[in-house]
Amino acid sequence: MSSSTDLSSLIRRADVCAVAVADTFRGDGEILANPIGTIAMIGGRLARATHEPDLMMTDGEACLIANSEAIVAQPNRVVETFNPYRRMFDVVWSGRRHVMMGATQVDQYGNQNIAGLGGTPLQPKTQLLGFRGAPGNTINDTTSYFVANHGPRVFVAAVDIVTGIGYDRAAALGPIAARFHEIRRVVSNLGVFDFETPDHRMRVRSLHPGVALDEVVAATGFELVVPDGLTSTRLPTPDELRLLSEVIDPQGNRFKEVPEPA
Amino acid sequence: MTDETYPAPRHKRITEDEAVAKLCSGMTIGIGGWGSRRKPMSLVRALLRSDLTDLHVVTYGGPEVGMLCAAGKLSKLTFAFVAPDVGPAAVLEPHFRAARQRGALACTELDEGMLLLGLQAAAWRVPFLPTRLGLGSDLPLVNPGLKTVRSPYPGPDGGEGEELIAQPAIHLDAALVHLNVADERGNGAFTGPDLYFDDLMLEAAAQRFVSTERIVPQGDLVAAAGDVTRLRVSRLHVDGLILAPNGAHPTSCDPDYARDEDFQKTYLGTAKDPALWDAFRSEWLSFPTEAGYQAALAARPTEEAAS
Repeated sequence: MSSSTDLSSLIRRADVCAVAVADTFRGDGEILANPIGTIAMIGGRLARATHEPDLMMTDGEACLIANSEAIVAQPNRVVETFNPYRRMFDVVWSGRRHVMMGATQVDQYGNQNIAGLGGTPLQPKTQLLGFRGAPGNTINDTTSYFVANHGPRVFVAAVDIVTGIGYDRAAALGPIAARFHEIRRVVSNLGVFDFETPDHRMRVRSLHPGVALDEVVAATGFELVVPDGLTSTRLPTPDELRLLSEVIDPQGNRFKEVPEPA
Repeated sequence: MTDETYPAPRHKRITEDEAVAKLCSGMTIGIGGWGSRRKPMSLVRALLRSDLTDLHVVTYGGPEVGMLCAAGKLSKLTFAFVAPDVGPAAVLEPHFRAARQRGALACTELDEGMLLLGLQAAAWRVPFLPTRLGLGSDLPLVNPGLKTVRSPYPGPDGGEGEELIAQPAIHLDAALVHLNVADERGNGAFTGPDLYFDDLMLEAAAQRFVSTERIVPQGDLVAAAGDVTRLRVSRLHVDGLILAPNGAHPTSCDPDYARDEDFQKTYLGTAKDPALWDAFRSEWLSFPTEAGYQAALAARPTEEAAS
């Protein structure tokens, strides 16, 4: 058996990110956890394999499956239910889901942009994916974001186009229209962020071990709220580390999305 | 007394080119599938070789959008995304991006659920469906006609009714979808993971065209599809039926075949240089018939074709 000192030397940034994602789903109970992306999916599976056993999760196609592996070959799937594209809207619009999306831009109130950069809304300089389901996700369900490359062009003071709505937009809608809106967390390769401030501006919740506050400030295009007594993101437990490396992501895809910092 | 002459059943079997001949420039056309999944590509290829222009496409977009953009067929697009997935990752569609960025496309952008609601409203012949989707977002900037509606019923606090987005009906002049199997009358079934929104595309359209991997005699469709619950398109919503084996190529048509990743990668790479696109178009998109395209595909060297 490794001692805890030996273990911590094996822990890499991508493992910390996965655990931070898992903690984002803590307390969600029996809902559809819908993390989109490599580490997001790995972290979601980790949450279900540990503290959130009632979560339901997709196979990325048209079924909800019980498997712990992040990527599951078709014949190995343990199918819980049929969840085709159209059925997903029933889940989303009824509020039984927590989605973790990516963001090309995210701002200080948690507005997200995945549609376009620069130019005008009708003729962006750089066309991206489109609005996808971001407006519907954020007005109906708890939403979090995962950003693998924390930098000032991603964490911007104001996004170019609001696809997923943040707290300032929700406030403008009023308490009834925005009653299902919650941006819970932003997990990046540098730290964990939330909006638990009086005016819902983004706050540093924790920094990943080895990350200095200066580094995060320099990589963020707006003023972050920094609480007194800033803490480190927790390390994976030995059991979580085993689950990650042996069951959920034995191929190590998480290290490709968030490489170990030099 | 003369014997009454009974009418023959509607004859729906046509070719891709006969279907496209029924369309006109400027029409609004819904294309089924989503992303790079079960797209009616043989019909798209017929659009590409036709002289139609100024088309308005409504779709959960994949590579067909980029091809139509690059060929100058498209003047308007209603979409929530355009994503021709490659391997496990969603990538952006370079030909579509180029068209949008140079201002060559008038776009109506939607949340992907609003597209469902717009098709459903058209299918149900109501002018709009109310939804929370879009509230607070910048969708009104890219969808300037979008209006809101005030609920006539009390709000959740007993006060004024909620203000919601009124997603207008999306009426299609024509719908093109590709299914795994159909019977000779035009009833169709999907045997893959998901129907997507293909039934709604057909129900929202004035002219409805279904291409299919295979056609079985009437009465054999349940057995061919495996289960009655897979029979999700009925001939009530089909005007033209096109036999198109491998017709979704290069997109996937599970469980019949997977996406042709190499072919799609080659296509996506043609956005780098107009000369590459011209060469691709003349090599792959200029056959006078779908049969020519399929024969050329089959004649490719078989290095990786076996899988």
